[in-house]
Amino acid sequence: MLKVIIIDDEPLARSILIEYLQKFPELELVQECNDGFEGLKAIMQWQPDLTFLDIQMPKINGFEMLELADQPPAVIFTTAFDEYAIRAFEAHAVDYLLKPFSQERFNRAVQKWLDQRPSVQTKNKSTELLLETAAQTPAQRNRIVVKIAGKIKIIPVQDLEYLEAADDYVKIHTQDGAFLKNKTMSFFEKFLDPLQFVRTHRSYIVNVQQITRLEPYEKDGHLAILKNGSKIPLSKTGYVRLKAVLGL
Amino acid sequence: MATTPLSTNKFRFYFTVSWLVWSMLHVGVLVRLGYPLKTALLDSLVSNLLLAAAAMLVINNLRYYLPRKEQFAYLLLMCLSVSGLWLLLSRWAMMLVYRIEDYSNYSASIPIRFGGALLIIGCVMLVSVLWYTLDEQKETERRKNESERLAKDAELYKLRQQLQPHFLFNSLNSINALIGSRPEEARKMVQYLSDFLRGTIKKEENQFITLAEEMEYLNLYLEIEKVRFGYRLVTEIDNSEESLQCKIPSLMLQPIMENAIKFGLYGTTGEVKIGMRARVVDNYLVVAVMNPYDPNTQMQEGTGFGLKSVKRRLYLLYGRNDLVEINITKDSFVVVFKIPDAHA
Repeated sequence: MLKVIIIDDEPLARSILIEYLQKFPELELVQECNDGFEGLKAIMQWQPDLTFLDIQMPKINGFEMLELADQPPAVIFTTAFDEYAIRAFEAHAVDYLLKPFSQERFNRAVQKWLDQRPSVQTKNKSTELLLETAAQTPAQRNRIVVKIAGKIKIIPVQDLEYLEAADDYVKIHTQDGAFLKNKTMSFFEKFLDPLQFVRTHRSYIVNVQQITRLEPYEKDGHLAILKNGSKIPLSKTGYVRLKAVLGL
Repeated sequence: MATTPLSTNKFRFYFTVSWLVWSMLHVGVLVRLGYPLKTALLDSLVSNLLLAAAAMLVINNLRYYLPRKEQFAYLLLMCLSVSGLWLLLSRWAMMLVYRIEDYSNYSASIPIRFGGALLIIGCVMLVSVLWYTLDEQKETERRKNESERLAKDAELYKLRQQLQPHFLFNSLNSINALIGSRPEEARKMVQYLSDFLRGTIKKEENQFITLAEEMEYLNLYLEIEKVRFGYRLVTEIDNSEESLQCKIPSLMLQPIMENAIKFGLYGTTGEVKIGMRARVVDNYLVVAVMNPYDPNTQMQEGTGFGLKSVKRRLYLLYGRNDLVEINITKDSFVVVFKIPDAHA
């Protein structure tokens, strides 16, 4: 038996999926979830073979939920209308169902997944690329979701003080402390508003609104001093870039 | 705030020219009466500089308080008192220069001086009142135009919103699910959806409708959302009989309600209770819409338009900024708006 979970905040949207699923006796529905938080728990608990995932859901959307999953499962997205999401799906050949969809369309999507199931590796790769594209949606551009001690925290981007590279992670510094996120610096550089966030160094991105002053440092280096007192090193190009944004 | 006539070059030019002519007449009269030129010039300069100051005082005063039709007594009173004040001041100033016995006929000329000042101040006052009234009319006209434009924008926005693909396709998806399991309900939902869509098309702009009519339309929307979200969406509507008969601008309540539902459903998890309460208080229709709120959720963009446009429209309709109030507490978000002249 293959394990399936459904994550959608509308009960009727779940029930139509359950109805259509009956045509596939080899698929067993192990849980239905109301939102991303339940979904995340269910994914951890069941390690499902296939997940049907809605995009627009309470608090965190489907993409953000996937970002937080340690091992993203194989996903068939179900959504009503979301041009950004659709663009992301099309770019990365992940299957998606546009609501309302027919039994035939559903069968095709599931069959396609059953046929290409052995190549799980490629699936994960494309999911990663998909999330990268999806991060450009307006909903996600103004917040970052992180997991801390099993809890999910939503950080509005204006609360960021600075970002610091930390091995395979990025350390996100805010007033409430620092959080780790499994992403690259160049991902954040692309994703954040370049007029508010400047890559001042290979390992640092700074929120310019947090800067109180710039100080010379050693021979010809510079430091940015933040409101909270942190000292952020500036590389030569970073210093030039920062001055351009600040209009100096 | 209106601009003063003094800020336009044309007015300043006429003001200065008239002032010069009047001052010269003043000198001329005194010289013909046999006073030395020096005395005549000085008298004219002192009196008329003060007169100009009095005129400017009147112009500025009217800028902040423009009497309505019935209050011309106020204008007359102001005219008399300003002229009187001017007379006292100019007499005092002249006495600083000449002792009264050296300028013996000054007292005799007081009635003439007072009359002249009264005439001039009166003229300035009339011109100002005319100026500010026209200015106010222009402002009202401008506000009316903008209000119409905004109603049109709201209409377009509403069309986009309600015909908003997300809402429409999700509702169709719910109907699709109901057809298999509960066909009776599917049929009901099709009816709600059609009535609702018809309502979005036929509404006329800038029209006042009763709260009862607006509620009828709103209920269709709520029914559809309740079918979609099941037990999660709970509404608690408490409108007094009196309030239902009040007129409100169409498309005013709906964006607020929609905002509350979206905010509630996508900003929090679990049951979402949307509350609405309408009452008539001191001849105002007061409507409060409440939704649960989680300050830790950064809301998605595009949810603010509804509220902003409501605020703007109320300003344009009534010229007041204090008709919308937003109260945010730890777990709730309440929008309160007031419509003046509830029984009009």
